[in-house]
Amino acid sequence: MTQLILEQAMNGLQFGLMLFLLAAGLTLVFGIMDMINLAHGSLYMVGAYLAAAAAAASGSFVVGALAAVAGTALVGALLEVAVLRRLYARDHLAQVLATFALILVANEAVRMLWGDQPMQLNAPEALAGPVEIGGFAYPAYRLLIIAVGAVVALALYVVVTKTRVGMWVRAGASNREMTEALGVNVKRLFTLVFAFGAGLCALAGAMLGPLLAVQVGMGESILILAFVVIVIGGIGSIRGALVGSLLVGVVDTLGRALLPWLLREFLPAEVASNLGPALAAILIYLLMAAILFWKPAGLFPARG
Amino acid sequence: MAASEKSALYRQSARRRALAVVALLVLAALPPLLQALGQDFYVSFAARILIFALAATSLNFIVGFGGMVAFGHAAFFGAGAYAVAILAERGVVSAFVAWPAAAALAGLLSLAVGAVSLRTRGVYFIMITLAFAQMIYYLFVSLQAWGGDDGLPLMARSSFGPLDLGDDAAFYWVALACLAGALFLLDRVAHARFGRVLQAIRENESRMEALGYPVAAYKLACFVIGGTLAGLAGALIANHGLLASPNLLHWTQSGTLLVMVIVGGVGALYGGFAGALTLLLLEEILAGFTVHWHMALGLLLLVVVFRAPRGVAAWLHGLFSRRGAK
Amino acid sequence: MSGGLLDVAGVGRHFGGVHALSDVSLRVTEGEVHALIGPNGAGKTTLIHQISGAQTPDAGTIRFAGEDVTRLSMHTRVTRGIARSWQVTNVFARFSALDNVALAVQGRRRDWGGSFRFWVPADAERAIVDEAAAWLAEVGLAGREAAIAGSLAHGEQRQLELALALATKPRLLLLDEPMAGMGPEESERVVGLIEHLGRKVTLLLVEHDMDAVFRLADRVSVLVGGRLIFTGLPDEVRAHPEVKKAYLGEELV
Repeated sequence: MTQLILEQAMNGLQFGLMLFLLAAGLTLVFGIMDMINLAHGSLYMVGAYLAAAAAAASGSFVVGALAAVAGTALVGALLEVAVLRRLYARDHLAQVLATFALILVANEAVRMLWGDQPMQLNAPEALAGPVEIGGFAYPAYRLLIIAVGAVVALALYVVVTKTRVGMWVRAGASNREMTEALGVNVKRLFTLVFAFGAGLCALAGAMLGPLLAVQVGMGESILILAFVVIVIGGIGSIRGALVGSLLVGVVDTLGRALLPWLLREFLPAEVASNLGPALAAILIYLLMAAILFWKPAGLFPARG
Repeated sequence: MAASEKSALYRQSARRRALAVVALLVLAALPPLLQALGQDFYVSFAARILIFALAATSLNFIVGFGGMVAFGHAAFFGAGAYAVAILAERGVVSAFVAWPAAAALAGLLSLAVGAVSLRTRGVYFIMITLAFAQMIYYLFVSLQAWGGDDGLPLMARSSFGPLDLGDDAAFYWVALACLAGALFLLDRVAHARFGRVLQAIRENESRMEALGYPVAAYKLACFVIGGTLAGLAGALIANHGLLASPNLLHWTQSGTLLVMVIVGGVGALYGGFAGALTLLLLEEILAGFTVHWHMALGLLLLVVVFRAPRGVAAWLHGLFSRRGAK
Repeated sequence: MSGGLLDVAGVGRHFGGVHALSDVSLRVTEGEVHALIGPNGAGKTTLIHQISGAQTPDAGTIRFAGEDVTRLSMHTRVTRGIARSWQVTNVFARFSALDNVALAVQGRRRDWGGSFRFWVPADAERAIVDEAAAWLAEVGLAGREAAIAGSLAHGEQRQLELALALATKPRLLLLDEPMAGMGPEESERVVGLIEHLGRKVTLLLVEHDMDAVFRLADRVSVLVGGRLIFTGLPDEVRAHPEVKKAYLGEELV
C-alpha cells in the first residue's frame, strides 16, 4: 500500500512539474498584461507535434524536444506580434473571443498538416525500462521528467525572483506604468516573455508526449488545468504557480488512485465504484473553489 | 423632462414593438415556407438556432446586463437537458412538469454557484464559474447511471397538451414561443426598478454600495435569472436531439455560448439571437464548402474581434446608418 | 461612551507597515457641523473610509446612534443613516441627472420588495421621479434633470453628488473635500449649499479651504500623521500652539 501511495505521489509530482511549465508562461502573460489567453494550450499541442515530427525525422528524442522548444518559441513570438499584442488594451470578452478563434485555427492547422490520427512519440530507448529506487521499481522515463521539470522550475524560479530581467517581469506584473517609467521596454519584454512561455509549453508537450497521446485537442484539457493552477496560486505569481502546480498534480493523481479505494472502506461497493471516479475527477475543482472562497485572489496575490 | 422628449421616446418604443411583432410573424411563418420549398430538414435546424438563441440570450443577460463574465453557462444549459432526460426515464414526460422542473433545477444550481462565485471578481470570477461547470461536467460523465460518456437518450419528445412535439414545425413554434417570451420578460425586467439597479451597478458598483444597495444580492438575482432561462433552453435542446449529452456541459459549450454573445453584441437585447444565428449559419455554410471549416470560422471570428468589436448587430447597424447618411 | 451621534473610539488602520491611523477617537454630536482638517496624507480620507464602511479598521470601534457599526458593510451603514461624498466626483456618468437621484431614492424605498421589482417600468413610477426632481431642486439643479451626468460642469457634478447623498435621507453626511478642484464662484455656491444643509443634517466635513472651514464649522478636529491631536471650537484651533506648528504653519497662507 505504501508503495502504491509513494508511486502515485511521484506521478503527481511529475505531472505537477509539467503543469508548472505550462502555468509559468500563462501566469506571467496573465499577470503582466491582464490578458486571458485560451490559446496557451494550443502552443503545448504545437510543441508536442513538432517534437513528434522532429523526432521521427531525426530519430532522436532529444533533437525532437529541442527543435520543438525552439520552433514553438518562434511560433509564440510571431503570434504575439501578429495578434495577441493588439488585444492587451481590449476587455476580457474580446480576448476570450480572439483566443478561442485561435484555438479553432491552431487545431485545424495541425489537422491539415499531420492528419486526424494521433502521432507517435517514443521515449528514448535507454529510458524505456524501470529503475530501482528505495526498494521499488519506477519507470526511468518518468524519473527523467521529474528531473527535467525540477531543474527547469528551479532555474525559472531563480531567474524570476533573483535576476534583473525577473525583477522587471515581476514589476511589470504588479505595476505596468511604473515599470515603463523606469525605462523598461515592456513591449519587447513581453514578446520575449511570451516566446519563453511558448518554449516551456513545448518542453512540457515533448516530455508528456510519450505518456499521453499527441493529438488534436490535447491542449484544451490541459489548458483548463493550467488555469486552475494559476488561479489557485494567484495570477501573476511564479511562486503561486509552482505551489499550485504541485498541489493540483499531487491532489489529482493521488485522488484518482486512492479515492475509489478509500470510499470502498466506508460505502457499499456499488456506490463507491460509482462515486469514486466522479469525486476524483472533480477534486481539483473543489480545491480551487474552496481556495477562492477563502482567498478570493488566490494563495499568493501578486498585486497589492 | 420635456413633453416632446417623452413622446419621442414613446414613439421609438412603439416602433420597436411593431418591429418585434413583424419579426415574430415572419419567424412563425418560416416552417410552412421551408416545407413548401421541400427543405424540411431546415425546420429542425431553425429550431436549433432558436434554442441556442435562448441559451445565448440568457448568458447575455448575465454578461451584458449584469456585467459578470461567466464562463460556466454550459452547466445550467446541460443541467436543464439532463433534468428532462432523467425525468423522462422515470416516466415524467409532460412538458408542463419537466420543463419548469429543468428551469428550476438550473435556477437552484445557478443560485449555489453564483453565491460562492460572486465573492470573487474579474478573472477570478471567470475561472471559478468555469471550475463549477467542470465539476458538473465530470459528475455527469462519471455517473454511469446517467449514461456516462454516452449521455442519456430520450425515447420521444415531451408531451405538450394536444400539440405533438414530434412534428418539427410544432416543436419549432414552441421553441419560438419560449424565445419570444424570454425576450419580452427580459425587456420588462431591464426597464423595471431591478433593471435600473443592474445598469447602475455595471456603471459604478461602489457608488451603488454607497447608496445603500446590497450589490451582491442584485448580481446574484441576475445570475439566477440567466441560469434559469438556460435551464429552459437545455430542456428544449434535449428534446431537439432526443439526447442529454455531456457535450452540452463541456467547457467548450460555455465558450461557444460566450462567443455567440460577443459576436451578436454584448448587452444588446437581441445580441444572443444575432450571435446564435450568425455562428450556426456560418458553421452550416462553411461546412458545406470545406472539411476545414473550423479554420475559416476561426479566421472569421478574428475578423469580428478586430473589425466589429461591438458585435455583428451593431456593426451592421453602423454600416447601414452610414450608408443612409450619405 | 454615549451621547454622540457618531463615536469613533481608538480606531487604527495600517497598510502593510504604514500606520495611516493610530488610536483616533472622535465624537460628532447630533446637529453639528464638524470639520476635519490636517495636512495632506494625515489620514483624513482614510478615516472617512472607516466611518462609511468602505474599509474596516484594524483596531477600535465605531458607534453610530448607539449601535456598534464597526463590522457592518457600507450598504448596511447607509440604511442606518450614514451617507458620504468622495474627493473625486463619483456619479453615474452615463445616466441623466434625474436617473442618478432616482436611484438613490429607489434604494431607500422598501415598498413592494424595494428594488426587487421586475415588471413595472421604473420611468413610470411617479413618486420616485417626483422626489428625485425635488432633491435636484434642493441642491440647485432644477432644470438640469435631463442632462447626462457626465456632461455636467464640474461644480454641477459635485452638487449632483450631494443630491445623491441627501436622497438616502442620512442622519450623518460625510463630505470629503466637497470643494476640491473648484473655481472661486463654484466654491462659493457649494459653501452656501453646505451652510444650508448644515441646518438640516449632521455633517462631518473634510476640507482644505480654511476660510470655508472657519465659516461652516461648529467644531474642528485636527488630524496629523494619523493621530488626532486636537478637537475644539474654530477659535481655539486657530490659537492652539501645537496645531499652529503642526499644520497651520506649514500649509495655511
